[in-house]
This record gives sequence, C-alpha cells and structure tokens, in this order.
Amino acid sequence: MADRHEEAQSDSESPPTPAANGGNSKRWGRRFWVIVLAVVIGIVVYAYAFETTGVNLDEIQDETRQASLVRILRAVAHPDLLTYEAVETNLDTQFMSPCPSGGFAPGEPEGGGPRITATPTCVEPGGDITVAGSEFDANRRGDIFYIAQSGAEIRLGDFLTDQNGQFTEVVSTRERSSDEPQTIRAVTAVTVGSIFNWQRVATGEIDAKTGEEVIVTSPRISTTAWDTWDKIIETVFLAFIATTIGTLVAVPLSFFAARNLMKDISVPLMALTSGVLFGMIGIGAGLIMLRMTRRAAESFTGSIWVAIVMLVVVLAVVWFAVRWAMPQSEEDQPSSRVRATRLAAVAGAAIGVIIALFLLASIMSDIGEWLGDHLGPLSFLGLFVESLGDILHLLVSGGVALVTGFVFMFIGTRLGMALRKRLPTGAIQPVNTLLAVIAGAAAVVLLAQSIAWLYEITDPAKTLWWPALVGGLLGLGGAFLARGKDSVGIGLSVYYFARTVFNAIRAIEPLVMVIIFVVWVGLGAFAGSIALALHTTAALAKLYSEQVESINTGPIEAIKATGATRMQTIIYAVAPQIVPPYISFTMYRWDINVRMSTIIGFAGGGGIGFLLQQNINLLNYRAAAVQMLAIAIVVASMDYISSRLREHVV
Amino acid sequence: MLKVEHLTKIYDDGTLALDDVSFEVPDGQFLAIIGLSGSGKSTLLRCINRLIEPTDGRILWNDVDVTAAGQEDMRKIRRKIGMVFQHFNLVHRSKVITNVMSGRLGYVNPAMSVVNRFPKSVVEKAHQQLARVGLEEKAFSRADELSGGQQQRVGVARALMQDPVMILADEPVASLDPVLAHGIMQHLESINQEDGVMVLCSLHFLDLVHRYADKAIALKDGQVVFEGPPRDIDDKRFKEIYGKEAERIG
Repeated sequence: MADRHEEAQSDSESPPTPAANGGNSKRWGRRFWVIVLAVVIGIVVYAYAFETTGVNLDEIQDETRQASLVRILRAVAHPDLLTYEAVETNLDTQFMSPCPSGGFAPGEPEGGGPRITATPTCVEPGGDITVAGSEFDANRRGDIFYIAQSGAEIRLGDFLTDQNGQFTEVVSTRERSSDEPQTIRAVTAVTVGSIFNWQRVATGEIDAKTGEEVIVTSPRISTTAWDTWDKIIETVFLAFIATTIGTLVAVPLSFFAARNLMKDISVPLMALTSGVLFGMIGIGAGLIMLRMTRRAAESFTGSIWVAIVMLVVVLAVVWFAVRWAMPQSEEDQPSSRVRATRLAAVAGAAIGVIIALFLLASIMSDIGEWLGDHLGPLSFLGLFVESLGDILHLLVSGGVALVTGFVFMFIGTRLGMALRKRLPTGAIQPVNTLLAVIAGAAAVVLLAQSIAWLYEITDPAKTLWWPALVGGLLGLGGAFLARGKDSVGIGLSVYYFARTVFNAIRAIEPLVMVIIFVVWVGLGAFAGSIALALHTTAALAKLYSEQVESINTGPIEAIKATGATRMQTIIYAVAPQIVPPYISFTMYRWDINVRMSTIIGFAGGGGIGFLLQQNINLLNYRAAAVQMLAIAIVVASMDYISSRLREHVV
Repeated sequence: MLKVEHLTKIYDDGTLALDDVSFEVPDGQFLAIIGLSGSGKSTLLRCINRLIEPTDGRILWNDVDVTAAGQEDMRKIRRKIGMVFQHFNLVHRSKVITNVMSGRLGYVNPAMSVVNRFPKSVVEKAHQQLARVGLEEKAFSRADELSGGQQQRVGVARALMQDPVMILADEPVASLDPVLAHGIMQHLESINQEDGVMVLCSLHFLDLVHRYADKAIALKDGQVVFEGPPRDIDDKRFKEIYGKEAERIG
C-alpha cells in the first residue's frame, strides 16, 4: 500500500519543461495587452455610464442648489415632533416725555423671557426712540404701540425678529407731554414652555360641549408625530403578516423546487395519465362536495348552540372513524374488503371534517361579532375572530376542490400503477396510448378554457375541438416516446415549473405588484400585505429550496433504506436538517419586509410610506423628517432584535 | 437465500461500476465484500436494496425478484433489510431515540408519522435496542453529541428496529479506530449468530475479514475476482485483488 502512495505522489509533480522560459515571456506579453484592453474598456464603460446617468459636478456647486439643500437639511434636522402653543403677549416698557430733571430709569422686568427696552428713556415730545427686543422666538412678527392715557393703542410700527430672536426698531413718539411715565408696548405671539418646562396654556377657545375654556399642554406631541405613530405600527404589522403568511406557504412549496428531492420522482406513463384524469374528475367532484357540505353545514348554523353541538358530534365521529381506519402499525396486508370499508370511512371522515370546518367558521364569525359588541376597547379582538372565521370559510371553499383534486390524482396514480402491473404485456401499449390521448386532450382543453376565459373567446372550435385534437396528438406523441422507458420523470418537470414560477414572481418588485392589488382590494395596508406576502412566498421558497438542495444526503439514504415513504423521508431526514437555515432565512426576510413595508405606501400599499410621500410632495420636510426618523428607529431595532434572535435559535 | 445474477451498473457518466456480478448468499451467512476503493463495493450493496437502480441483471431474494418490484413492494422489501453506513448517516439534530425509532418507519402508519408520533410499542422497542448496543442512557441526547463509535452503535440499533432478515453494512468500521471497530463488528456478529440474520459487509481490513466472515468475495473494477472462504486469500490472491504494489497491513 505504501508503495502505491509514493508513486501517486511523484506523479502529481510535473517535471519542468525545457521551453518554460520562452513560453513565460510570450505569456507576459499577452497578459500585458489583455490588461491594457481591460483598462480601456473599463474607461469607455464608465464614460458612457457618466453620460447616461447625468453626472454633473457643476450642479453640486451651484449656489441656489446648495441653498435648497441647506434648507431641506435644516428642516430634516428639526423633525416636527412637538407643537408649541403660541400666546399673544404684551411687553411693555416706559419712557418720559419731556425729560424730567435727574433723568428717568424704568424698572427692570422680572425673570427671563422676552423683553423690550427703549433708548433713550426720555425724549422731547415727538422725538425718536429706539425700541430693542431680545429673547423672542426667531423670525417672529409683531407690532409696536403707544398706549395713550385713555388706554387706546396707537400703532407706531412693526418688527421682525432675527435668527437670535432680537430686533431694533426706531419709532417716533406722539407729541404728548406728561409728568407721568408713558408706555410703549410690543405685541407678538410668544411660544410657551419648553421640553424641560411643560406648561398648561389656555387657548382662549371655548369647548362647545362643556362650555369651558380649552386648556392644552405646551409643548405637546404634534399631530404629525401621532399620525406617524399610527402608521409605523401599521407598517410593522404589515411586515409581520406578510412574513408569517409568506413563510407558511413557502415551506411546503420549497420542497417542489428542490432538485435533489424531485429528480428521482418518476411514475409510469399509465399512472401519470390516469392521475391527470382522476385529478380533473376530483376537482369536479370537489366542487359538488363543496356545495353539498356547505348546504349541510348551513342547516345547522341558524343557532350558535346547535352549531356548537353539531361541531362536537361531527368531530367525535371523525375522530373514531380515523382511529378505526388508520391503525398505528400493521404487519400484514388486510383483506381487500376491510380496506374498501376503511377507504369509505376515511372518505366519510373527510366530508365530516369539511362540514366541521364550515361550522367552526360560522361559530367563529358569531362569537367574533358578539365579542366585538361587548369588549369595548378590545373590540378589535372580536373583529379578528370574526375575520378568522371568514378567512376559514374562504380557505375551505377554495381548498376543498383543490385538495379533492389532489387526492383523486393520488388515487388515480395508484390505480394506474396497479393496472399496469395486472395488464398482460401486449395490452400495456394500447391502453397506455389510449389513456395518454384522453388525458392529453382533457388537459389541453382545460388550459384552452382558462385562456378563453382570459381573452373572452367563445368560439367552440377554438376552445374545444382544436385543443382536444392538439392535446390528443401530444398524448399520442408522449405515449410513443415513453414506449421504451418504464417511467416518466415527472419530478423534474414539477421542479422546473416551480422554479420558473418562483423566479417570475420574485422578479416583480412588491412596489409594482401592489399596484394590481390596490386595484383589487383598494388603497391601504391590505393591498400592501398581499403584495409583500406574495413576493415573500416566492423569494423564500427559492431560498428554502436551495437549502434543501445543500443538505447532507446520508440521512436521506438511511431513512429511505428503512422502507420509509417519500413523505416520511422528508419529515425525518430532511426537515430536521433544514430547521436552522429556514429560521435564519425567515428572519432575514422579516428584516427585508420591514424595510419594504416602509416604502410600499409610495404605491398605495399602506404603512408609513403613504405619509412620507405625501409630506415630500407637499414640501413639508419637517413632517417628512418625523417619518424618516420613525423608519430609521424601527428598521434599526428590528435589525438588532432579529440578529439577537438568530444567534439564539441557530 | 440471496441470488445476485449478472448484476451490472453503468452510471449516467458512463462509469462501469459493476460488471456482470453473480454470487449467492445462503440464509444466516456472514459475507465479507473486499476490494479497493472504487471497486464497486458500495454500489453492489446499494443495488441490493435498490438505493441505486441496477442497469441490468437480477437480484432474487427468497425467490422474489427485487429488481422488478414496484414502489410499494420495494418499500416492503426494504423494511426487512437493515443498512449500516460508513458515515453512520444519523440525523444529527434529532435525538438518539428518534434516530433509532426512524428504523421502524416502514411499519408504522405514514399518516401518524407526519405528526411525529410513534406508537408506544415502537418507543419501548427502541429503548430495548439501545440497551442491546449499550447506549440506553444516551437515548435523549442529540445524535451529534455522541462519539463516532457511539453513533455507529445507534446506526446498528436503527437497523435492528427493522427486525431485519438481512443487514447491508457498507464499510461500517472504516471511520472508526481499531478498538471501536471490533466493538461494532461484534455487534454485527451477534446479530448474525444469535438472530440468524444474513450480513453482507464490505470491509477494508483483512484481519477483520478473517475474524468475522464466513465467506468473502473480492471486487476489482466491478468484477468478482475472488469468491471463497477468507482463509484462502493468500499473498498471491491478495496481490490479484489489490494490485501488485500492494502490501498487507492487516
């Protein structure tokens, strides 16, 4: 053994070739030109990119643009979080006219806050006085009055405070002489309170109901901030709904898009064609069953108590039927009569389950309605239960036909396999061909009918006869091609189909999708949730399936070798391996959805984006800043929480 | 009685893994399969329970044609064939007891296992099998917390859950050190001798073959180059099987 090893090693070292040096310089020359070419191509590509994206550094330096930028940045830096109450305030200062002997010094106003001074403090009647104000709000307008002896206000001029809240204004006094000090008054709106000094302010308005004066706190949380709070909560829950629903749907779908699970699935053509035929019959049967079960359930939903009693009875019957028909483990094949009875019991149980679900939906609606009326502030819980009832009703209605179709398809496949085993060798090919022709025709007619519905075609030649002919020919061709082989690799077809659908849906941004859903369900968070959930489903199904493809195949082999079914193999060998990556991806998607839901409102999908877009369009940047702040806080904290959770779980 | 007739396997890339392999194994025999890596040992074992589909040839087990069995019949056949793997192939994140119970999946109702429930009798049986391989106290550990030798014993217990009539062991001790190797081989030996289970075991080390096997077959490039009792493998035969540069190390 040792000898072999050494030999193998010396083989791998390639001996130096005599022409190595000459080859080297030649290779260097070629590499140089490749690099030059790459650089030139790079420059050209970038030049074109600059041209098309309109990179323009002059614009950046333009003064008016810079001023606009500064204005917006300052607005964004002052998010409209607090509303200050402004109260009309009179500020007085005094002067003498004419000047008394010994001069005049007016009393200093007490405490802080806005104040005005007059200089000089005494003038000859009709002389000019400079009125100076300080500690006002910035950019505030006001008026300056002379208060006559009678108390009448005579307007002398107006003022505008600067950035620092100061002003100086020269006014001419009236020609009135008096021994008493005379008054100059500045009247302006002054903001009350600060973050550190909350104050109660009477607004002067009278409440129509109580007849009392309205008193508010200043500063108080602005309307913008409250609206933003409402919408950010909506945003978070939009992301929550989209992520959870998307995950629930994506998990089972992801297995269909995993190559390693699907590539081995192949069935005999006869099983495939009979499966397709039975599946279509099953959908029809499901629709009939749906109508019957719904009618049966509706006859009990008149009173909620009858409905509850019936629900319990039906569930008990179903429970015993299932217990009897599905023993936990079985060594020997039971007789065919027992099996037939069992099949009937299971079918009966299935119908029972559907009736039970309808009953449950109606009970939930009733209870929800009652709770909504009686819970007061928690009435949304009642509404939730009621919606759940409605959703259940919808799901059952839609699901029954589909599930029945699948069950029938499964039975059809089994029957096809059994038939193929029983038939004499000579009969296989004719039966195969016949079934393939019928199944092909039926499938293409179904397809044509749905296309006809979309394009409103009514001509039976186009929707029935031609498709039937084409389908039949396809079936014939299929039967002919599959003649030599035992089975058809249906798994890979499903795999490619699932992949294509996921990629197509994933390629459409939720922002675009939401436009369609807004048309369907109206503006708001519901449309956004549907769009996000759909995109989440497709994206997660793809990510999940890639995880399934990369799992360790050893356990699958081992579980398969024990005689487990495909379903059992997935549950015992695949599922335990994919739990950590699935959780990890779901959280990653939750991150994305929170971010996505903040802008889905731009297209009418509800959430905070709606407010943000509105304020940007109104050039109300201070309000927009509040929403940006909220988004930043939510996204950052979600990021943090999900990364912590991921650490814990994975 | 297992009869392998003209078994041939050509992979999709054209590799000829098994070339007209034929042999017979009577019930209760311990058959060792030897040969270099890549000589077709694993392929042969996996063809017997059809984890790999043979290209040509027949496998008859008690006169039932395994190669012609349909999906459902194959499941019934597989549940009587236990399999032990070189890399143990346990589900790492599952508990030891779950790994052992999964050996019973071929028998329990598939609908029940969807909700991860096993009947009580299966749980008890799993504990018994774990006791048999001496790992009872590890039942609720995670499988990847066990050492290599312990993991392989869990693998053996999983195979025992099937009430197997045949065990396929694919280099069961190649990833273990020699002391542990004997432990595992002794378990297989006791299953073979006490329960009368047929064992097909591919092995690397000749001393293990001599010690445990009733009969050996040797594969080289997918062909049977030796068939007979292990003691007949002398130096000349050895070089035929492993190539003329090979030296015996065990």
